[in-house]
Amino acid sequence: MTAHDPNQARRPNSPTTTYLYDNYDAAFVRERVSEFREQVRRRLAGATTEDEFRPFRLMNGLYLQLHAYMLRVAIPYGVLTARQMRRLAEIADKWDKGYGHFTTRQNLQFNWPKLADVPDILEALADVEMHAIQTSGNCIRNVTADHFAGVAADEHEDPRPTAEFLRQWSSLHPEFSFLPRKFKIAVSGADEDRAAIKVHDIGLRIVRGPDSEPGYQVVAGGGLGRSPFVGKLVREFLPREDLLAYLEAILRVYNRFGRRDNKYKARIKILVHETGLDQIKAEIESEFAAMDRSPFAHDAEEFARIASYFAPPPYETLPAHSATLEAAKKENRAFAAFAEVNISPHKVDGYAIVTVSLKPIGGIPGDATSAQMRALAEASEKFGFGELRVSHEQNIILPHVKKDDLHALWKMLEPAGLATANAGLLTDIISCPGLDYCSLATARSIPIAQAISRRFQDPERQRLIGKLGIKISGCINACGHHHVGAIGILGLEKKGRESYQITLGGDPSLSASIGELLGPGVSADQVADVIEHIVDFYLSERRGDERFIDTWRRLGHARFKDAVRREGEYGADI
Amino acid sequence: MALISEGRFIEDEWRHLAEEEDLPKSGKLIVSQKRLGEAVASRPLDRALGVIVANTANPAELAPYFARLSLIAVAFPAFADGRGFSLARLLRRAGFGGELRASGRIVADQAIHARQCGFDTIEIPHDLAMRQNEAQWAKALAAYSGTYQEGYGTRGSILERRRKAGS
Repeated sequence: MTAHDPNQARRPNSPTTTYLYDNYDAAFVRERVSEFREQVRRRLAGATTEDEFRPFRLMNGLYLQLHAYMLRVAIPYGVLTARQMRRLAEIADKWDKGYGHFTTRQNLQFNWPKLADVPDILEALADVEMHAIQTSGNCIRNVTADHFAGVAADEHEDPRPTAEFLRQWSSLHPEFSFLPRKFKIAVSGADEDRAAIKVHDIGLRIVRGPDSEPGYQVVAGGGLGRSPFVGKLVREFLPREDLLAYLEAILRVYNRFGRRDNKYKARIKILVHETGLDQIKAEIESEFAAMDRSPFAHDAEEFARIASYFAPPPYETLPAHSATLEAAKKENRAFAAFAEVNISPHKVDGYAIVTVSLKPIGGIPGDATSAQMRALAEASEKFGFGELRVSHEQNIILPHVKKDDLHALWKMLEPAGLATANAGLLTDIISCPGLDYCSLATARSIPIAQAISRRFQDPERQRLIGKLGIKISGCINACGHHHVGAIGILGLEKKGRESYQITLGGDPSLSASIGELLGPGVSADQVADVIEHIVDFYLSERRGDERFIDTWRRLGHARFKDAVRREGEYGADI
Repeated sequence: MALISEGRFIEDEWRHLAEEEDLPKSGKLIVSQKRLGEAVASRPLDRALGVIVANTANPAELAPYFARLSLIAVAFPAFADGRGFSLARLLRRAGFGGELRASGRIVADQAIHARQCGFDTIEIPHDLAMRQNEAQWAKALAAYSGTYQEGYGTRGSILERRRKAGS
């Protein structure tokens, strides 16, 4: 890279903490907008039928929903700058109804855009190095990563360079844009898996090889939907320089042999399951061996170029302990609760990772108003180097806040309705939009989330219960990840009425498991009662600070079933 | 049928032979994979021969015929069925150097995908060509000044250009 190359991004004097587009990236995203503008024009002129248009509008993030179009904007690997967050607020005000919805895959959805406005919205996103590329469609979707990337105390390697490398590689892939079905990739580089890599089509875990060279453990064939599967290990160690080539081998096998006769059997998880793990591994390895690898010869250099953008921000040298923080906690109980629940350990002394919950009691999980987006942008500029993250739990992260500043930050978040102290607790519910918005849904999800949230609103009680993930999907497609909720709720339609199936024992982390069904479905107004019975039983049985999932694993599913059946005499029909 | 090459509608010199038709002596002919053996055995060597194959065809079974074939057409049963793109890549990898043709209801928005995967020409039904004219195909093909994937197409990926500009 030299100063003479006009296509390279001009580097600011201080090191960057996130990737910056060079002229190639910027041109690509602009050209994508022009291409889509032309595609919309041709659609409106009748040169393209709706059937022909559909895959291309989906690959630009545009869905036709129940009431209107929905635009799903990519937040690649969950990273947002303050400037980008402000732009999202502007778009919400100008072209939508003043709010947006953060999803379970590090995307943001606008629910009310008009088709004719979408090219202008995409242009407004391109201005701030954002896009809606491949947030939908049967292609490689927006690549996701650990939302604590680069700051988590338990991290071995920052997954963002890998995710950015894959973002570029997967954009407009000529061979893999018309796959049997959607294809999701997630990357994690820490002890704890916060990216749910085992329930993705491909999960990448950054590890070191025998000579401590960098690389990946590759898991494939995970996924939720109507047939949930935990991903299987296909490669114990893949050297970093082989990453793109190896992923192409997997995708080629999938593109050729994945089922296309039934959309519910078209994901790679079904191919892996029906072919058998040993056979599919052999097919991938044989394709990998047959490939011409010379085009990938310089991948290590390109990776290093990308990685160089992700420098740490200019941290101050601080003591690990903050007297200011401790004093503020003693003074203000509400703040103390927030500091106890919504803070995670940072790898740099004196700093903390703050999770801003988008799950106010009785609110819509993941929704943020434009005013809240602006408040978050401002907070990040004032207290967090102008950086934000979006988590797959539908919350916003301020990745580096000085412990000394936490109280001031809280005072700024509180009036904006952004200080709910429930990160990871029972009311931090993951929910899809459900029948209130989605054309695929068979039942409402949001009102169920709201009812549970109100039932458990007492913060003392929530803290007593501890970490407990409730996940709600409004149909079998499982966008709310109910299969991997410690308590999962699936909304179905039975004889014209909404019916909710409850599962227990799901786990999205490295110890991944799919939840087991508790019994027949219950009606919408009974869900909160049943959840309460389950939680009460857990509290009466747990040992010490045992997590819900661990109590469930120790006692077994049958004990929980029995307990709820007995309680059912008080009303719940389960 | 209309034939498109590099974003332009061109004259098609080839003719698809119907299943019930006898093999004629002259002309550039595209036969089904089922009749490939018969055609190779009976056609004089100086007569051009092409074959149309399903997108599930095994490249290894076609490779022995490469020397005799001037054209391979890959059928796209639906434009959103992307198996043909992988097959094109595999046929090129196996060493086929003749004309590679995508045949089916492919839309202008796929012009780039087809070219980058190794197709030379695209053959679409008449009604589609009426709606999506030459200007639209040319515009769609020229939509991007560069793409990221290495080893696809002949124009050099963004990654390659970055490296060359930087060295």
